[in-house]
Amino acid sequence: MPFIPNTDAERTEMLNTIGVESVEELFSDIPAHLRIQKLDLPDGVSEMEALAALDALAERNAQTTKMDWFVGAGAYNSYIPSLVPALASRGEFLTAYTPYQPEVSQGTLQAIFEYQSMAAKLLGMPVVNASHYDGATALAEAVLMAWKAKEGRNRILLPADLHPEYAKVIATYLTSFDIELARYDGDPERASLDERTAAVVVAYPGFSGEVYPVEKAAARAHAAGALCIVQADPVMCAIFKSPGEQGADIVTAEGQSLGNPLNFGGPYLGMLGTTEALLRRMPGRIAGETKDKEGRRGFVLTLSTREQHIRREKAVSNICSNQGLSMLQTCIYLAALGKQGLRHVAKQSYDKAHYAAELIGRIPGFRVATKQFFREFLVQTPKPAADIARALAKKGIVPGLPVSRYFPDKPNELLVCVTEMNSRPQIERLAIALKEASK
Amino acid sequence: MAIDKNARYLESHEYAKPEGGNFVIGISDHAQAELGDVVFVELPAVGKTIAKGATFGTIESVKAASDLYMPVSGTVVEVNEAVKNDPALVNKDCFGAGWLIKVAPSNPAEFDSLLDASAYGKAIGEE
Amino acid sequence: MNTMNMRDEPLVYELSRPGRIGCTLPRSDVPEYALPEGLVRTDLDLPELDELTVVRHFTRLSQKNFSIDTEFYPLGSCTMKYNPKANEAAAAHSGWKNLHPLVEPEHAQGALELLWRLQEALQKIGGFAAASLQPAAGAHGEFSGVLMIHAALKDRGELGRKKMLIPDSAHGTNPASCTMAGFVTQTIPSGPDGNIDIAALRAALDDTVAGIMITNPNTLGLFETNIEEICRLVHEAGGYVYGDGANMNALTGVFKPGSSGIDVMHFNLHKTFSTPHGGGGPGAGMIAANEALAPYLPGPVAVKRGESYRLEMPAKSIGQVKAFYGNFGVLVRAYTYLLMTGGNGLRRVAENAVLNANYLKALVEGVYPVPYKRHCMHEFVAKGTIVPGVHTLDIAKRLIDYGFHPPTIYFPLIVQEALMIEPTETESKETLDQYADAMLKIAKEAAEQPELLHDAPHNAPVARLDEVMAARCPILCYRG
Repeated sequence: MPFIPNTDAERTEMLNTIGVESVEELFSDIPAHLRIQKLDLPDGVSEMEALAALDALAERNAQTTKMDWFVGAGAYNSYIPSLVPALASRGEFLTAYTPYQPEVSQGTLQAIFEYQSMAAKLLGMPVVNASHYDGATALAEAVLMAWKAKEGRNRILLPADLHPEYAKVIATYLTSFDIELARYDGDPERASLDERTAAVVVAYPGFSGEVYPVEKAAARAHAAGALCIVQADPVMCAIFKSPGEQGADIVTAEGQSLGNPLNFGGPYLGMLGTTEALLRRMPGRIAGETKDKEGRRGFVLTLSTREQHIRREKAVSNICSNQGLSMLQTCIYLAALGKQGLRHVAKQSYDKAHYAAELIGRIPGFRVATKQFFREFLVQTPKPAADIARALAKKGIVPGLPVSRYFPDKPNELLVCVTEMNSRPQIERLAIALKEASK
Repeated sequence: MAIDKNARYLESHEYAKPEGGNFVIGISDHAQAELGDVVFVELPAVGKTIAKGATFGTIESVKAASDLYMPVSGTVVEVNEAVKNDPALVNKDCFGAGWLIKVAPSNPAEFDSLLDASAYGKAIGEE
Repeated sequence: MNTMNMRDEPLVYELSRPGRIGCTLPRSDVPEYALPEGLVRTDLDLPELDELTVVRHFTRLSQKNFSIDTEFYPLGSCTMKYNPKANEAAAAHSGWKNLHPLVEPEHAQGALELLWRLQEALQKIGGFAAASLQPAAGAHGEFSGVLMIHAALKDRGELGRKKMLIPDSAHGTNPASCTMAGFVTQTIPSGPDGNIDIAALRAALDDTVAGIMITNPNTLGLFETNIEEICRLVHEAGGYVYGDGANMNALTGVFKPGSSGIDVMHFNLHKTFSTPHGGGGPGAGMIAANEALAPYLPGPVAVKRGESYRLEMPAKSIGQVKAFYGNFGVLVRAYTYLLMTGGNGLRRVAENAVLNANYLKALVEGVYPVPYKRHCMHEFVAKGTIVPGVHTLDIAKRLIDYGFHPPTIYFPLIVQEALMIEPTETESKETLDQYADAMLKIAKEAAEQPELLHDAPHNAPVARLDEVMAARCPILCYRG
């Protein structure tokens, strides 16, 4: 096997040095009746054969690049500049471990620090950590964080208009705790706060694409002694007011669309930022700037006493890894797009989505239900959305997510997402096809 | 290691020292040396009442974090703001400028149940 | 000696010049629409760089890292084995990268088949009844597993069982995961042979016990010889046994944890199954269970119905632990590795991992004391107590000057001045010989010129960094 260099001769030599007759002897601590000689799996194959098998599987999947693609719902079809994977896949980044030895991990550590810096500016927060598994787990951790920060309060207000998978993940994370998850409809400003409320969660935007301002909701939460958590679309934050400047205490976001491929749902990037006041309650690793003994600038993982490897059962979370490579991809993406580029991406997505909504809104029988949106909006359809989607798929158009996938009681709703990847001809074909399908 | 003769100790290395009718609470010289450079101290709010043996805060170095236990029951009357801003004070002067909180005792007799300087010295292996 | 980039590299913000851009979009072909009043962002403080500057910056940063591709990286418990390039080639296919998670299942049959095949293979390797690929990391798998135990206890009407037993050699994630699932931990000491002290275990078993979390081989690199008895005792007391698969690289094709009585277990695909660590992640923490706990697995999981594949929730699932179906891109890499390695290869992986660890141990144990006189599995723990006044940290930092990544240090906590060394099966004998030579030279230096160790590393992009300053006055983002 190409991944094991030891030859038979070397093995014999090594066994002699150890002073045993056979490798099997080294396994003598394992009770003999529990030892096996072989697994019930096929023998290994060459790289050429393995890649052929993998390619054959990959070819059986639909690809956003080969269709007119209008589905988002938590995973976005965005452009990834060529330099992003080219740089992130360098072996020195790819095959390094967590930077526990800072002197030989400055590449990873500086990249984390730069990510933290850019993400903090984007979300409008003083600090952002080195990432969580995805947006959903980041939000679940934020809820736990707020609950622990507000001792004695055990009610969390969640928007009804929240990605259903995020709501499920939060429920799983809270399984063992006495926390009431209450849902509110519509504007977060009108969520009913009381003295038991630890935090109000604002989806910015909601699952339906609706954008509600955060500012008044945050002010009301603070007046009631609660925290305001915002689950944001980070691309939207390039042109819409950031959650931080509207008073959020904790901001979480799914960073996939900042330079990470769709990959059938992962690995993605859970972004989490907070205020100085809550810094020591924040889970996840953090890089900080310091100096070496010669006075040179360097970076280390810091504030580690929050974490499991030191605090064990008293740690703020059990999280150990971060989404290092996904975070690196986002770091490179943000550096490459920069101030102007990210605004272009956001504004083009916004304009194209509004153009699509305008065309779809004119089709008899269709109604755009989302009032204020960024790049995703809900359309009420004259026929079951799943039927329309099936019909359009035959033409190479995936018109949006039939909401019935999550909510069977909402058959006539289609969630349409338009990004910078969709061209005007694609949008116009979509409108024409929807009109035809409704006949 | 310095051991303040006026203070009495818990085996977990917190001390209590009488001051007026109150007690000054901190950690021993031995504890600060074991911990290494203190980087952060979390202390309770003034007015909080905490029982003997319960935790009143945490103290952290780069690689370790320890809970702080109340040597006597009482109400916090003062918190050392200086040590919150400059945790190195605990390393420099744990019995003086590096004190942590002051407590109005609810049962001053508890002080007598603590280890005196000589017993504490034995407990940490110093005669 | 190291060939790293020793030059200071500015931050992206310091390289920024107004008006530059590193990637442009096509000109917009739709009309412009006004942004909603009151919600318009006016500033966006991101850097402005041209493409080449970005490329040089991140290339130079990469050259400030040690990595498996450039150096021997024997971090104990981390399994820093070679990550085959074929894994990356396979994962780069557009059929994975451009596959949206909410595509209709009939348009994702290749992906669902891969998930199903990987589940099947991993449950066979572990000796379990079913598996879920949802968890995104080892700790995430642990959290899922203890939640499964919580759910099973709830069904039994025994939520009063709050106590989870954790050996004193366990990773910190074990107790932290227990807390997140509402359990209270109790530490079980290790005996003089490095294994769990059975008498202490018996004493801890009562009707409040929910279970035990066991890493086997443990973090001392030693096989828990009494694993069957431990499982039996815990089961008799009404508890479950969780297996932490961090060290599975010692056992593939040699021992199936499920056959010893473990009820639920995670594997770290980024360790045993060769997916890259990526400077901290993403990992993948597949979790598998026996018949009793399988219905509680997190979901959705892939199932085969006739000739087609779909996603379903297990019958009594604890629910979803993340959005969608796990770190899929990592799973593609692990599956590629599994195909290339196969059933026969996996045994050779374990054999050579264990051989390499015992060989390296034999080369250094005369100088660096090894506290437990047994054959080790895939790693061993030695002590840095070679010369008074020289610490494990000094030895670790000096290894950097010799061009080797230090081992895991000061862990497990039960060995003073611990050096935890895991060479993996992908390292050659000559690399192990060179590494042992360096360890022995350093021991000599420690006696003759200890300052060489105290001031190490001398040959790295930065010298030892002031971690106290970093923690006392945290600077966590650019303050330009």
